[in-house]
Amino acid sequence: MNFPQRTAAAVGAAGLALSLAACGGGQQAADDGGLSGTIAVDGSSTVAPLTSAAATQFADVEPGVQVTVATSGTGGGFKAFCAGETDISDASRPIKDEEIAACEEAGTEYTEIIIANDGLSVVVNPENDWAQCLTVEQLGTIWAPEAEGKVMSWKDVDPSFPDEPLDLYGAGTDSGTFDYFTEAINGEEGATRADYTPTEDDNVTVQGVQGSPGALGYFGLSYAEENPDAVKILDIDGGDGCVTPSSETVQDGTYTPLGRPLFIYVNNASYADNEALQTFVDFYLENEASIAEEALFIGLTEEQATTARTELDSLKG
Amino acid sequence: MSLYTPAASGADARRAVLSTSGRSKEQTPQSVLFIVLLWLSLLIGFVTLAVLLVDTFADGLSRLDGRLFTGYPSSRAEEAGARPAILGSLWVVGTTAVLAVPLGVAAAVHLEEFADRKRWWNRLVEINISNLSAVPAIIYGMLALGALALIGVQQKNIVIGGAIALAMLILPVIIISTREAVRAVPRELRDGSLAIGATPLQTTWRITLPAALPGIATGTILGLSRALGEAAPLLLLGGLVFLRFDPNGMLSQFTTMPIQIFSWTAQPQAEFHTLAAGASMLLMALVLLMNGAAIYIRNRYQKRW
Repeated sequence: MNFPQRTAAAVGAAGLALSLAACGGGQQAADDGGLSGTIAVDGSSTVAPLTSAAATQFADVEPGVQVTVATSGTGGGFKAFCAGETDISDASRPIKDEEIAACEEAGTEYTEIIIANDGLSVVVNPENDWAQCLTVEQLGTIWAPEAEGKVMSWKDVDPSFPDEPLDLYGAGTDSGTFDYFTEAINGEEGATRADYTPTEDDNVTVQGVQGSPGALGYFGLSYAEENPDAVKILDIDGGDGCVTPSSETVQDGTYTPLGRPLFIYVNNASYADNEALQTFVDFYLENEASIAEEALFIGLTEEQATTARTELDSLKG
Repeated sequence: MSLYTPAASGADARRAVLSTSGRSKEQTPQSVLFIVLLWLSLLIGFVTLAVLLVDTFADGLSRLDGRLFTGYPSSRAEEAGARPAILGSLWVVGTTAVLAVPLGVAAAVHLEEFADRKRWWNRLVEINISNLSAVPAIIYGMLALGALALIGVQQKNIVIGGAIALAMLILPVIIISTREAVRAVPRELRDGSLAIGATPLQTTWRITLPAALPGIATGTILGLSRALGEAAPLLLLGGLVFLRFDPNGMLSQFTTMPIQIFSWTAQPQAEFHTLAAGASMLLMALVLLMNGAAIYIRNRYQKRW
């Protein structure tokens, strides 16, 4: 019978396609005398777009260097960083005491470099015409752990607000955004009510807030500014009157307490050994303004840039 | 699973339905209502799918260009492409095939041709394979993560790690479809071979397996197309990374198309969402192509005894 031959041909063709597929990825090494090497970055999903933008711009200069930017969250990133698995850790808050201890125990020495600014914006549905500005106390009323099951309507926040049910969106617990917001608003890191929709994906928050008239959420200012029609950004009164979040108010420190600096942590030993890493970190800081602009963040102030350069100099030692 | 059934069964089923409705002479209002409801169900599913496809296509059409294939991920949406993701998908699915196909086919042939079904451990293995095919994909990701951690691998987002997770995921599919294909080879072919003096091994290798190849190929391609579209196990292995280089080996870091799409949809800029839609169309076309090939091989080469 002739059919096994035909079958064999068909299966052979399928096999060939697969083996071709397996051979498809040729290496794109830079043979032009430029740098080569690998740089492993992990950490905050907030900072990842910034470092990705840095990697994109860096590739124009040094195409031979392989930069990978993973997003395990600030806390998850520090775990891998202290264990020596990554060269740079993206962080949307300064390193915590227990993380410092973990790094010391593992013998990992590092340097903190301030790299950009970010504002957390509090947003509501565009149809919300009652709230223009919330005080930090009012946000505390909404987000406090005690509010769970009790503060369920806007009327519970301020008697002048309508009886519209509150629908809350926020950051997931592994993110630096979560740590930052809970500390700034509830006074204690991690303290929050639990009956809200947590997500690491800010687009979920945008869609949630867009779809519910009583919704309230918080996330990075860049997301809110990119979605101006979907959500309404609230002014925040940190004690000195209502302040609209913007690049200026975040940079000059008047948008408190929800403006925050972003950091990268660099492994000292890797920096000393890895020429690609040195060049990348130097490039990152040198071009922080254009990188921040491209990734929709707020650049460093003069003062912060000086601090960052001092930090980098200490790394060069 | 319906894709595994022989092509003729569709026509058979239609004939069966016709003959049934022919037998029941009264068209009661209930039966008419039931038929209408069935058609409505079909319509809802079909229209939803069509709307999603057309919507994604309309969104992604403007970025379904050469740059999508040749460009590297970038923070500038207009320059970004899915080249490392496409190559990463090929690497991982190719490695998955190398791992899963020989193992799956061998396991199926053993169970079908050599294992003694009276032994309780063989029956236990059979039951477990059926159960494993229903295990959620993310569990296999956890298994691969655990395995890599046990042998002390620090960097878990590597081609071989992802391939191990996906190979475990599709092994049950390959084993079950291969067993069905082997079982469909008539007893008489084997008996004839044995009668002229071939050993059982020679019979399996030269008679049974070649006759079962179309079924095996179909099951394998369907399994691999599932692996191509899978993101969950790879995400667990730390697959959500931004990288701008092609994978070049078993230990290379990689990203795949579903993960690249996931990562682009999480960007705030609308241009990245367009890019994600374009990449979705590409992924969908690849999966459809593979499923189409499976159906073609089945219809073209399947022998009915």
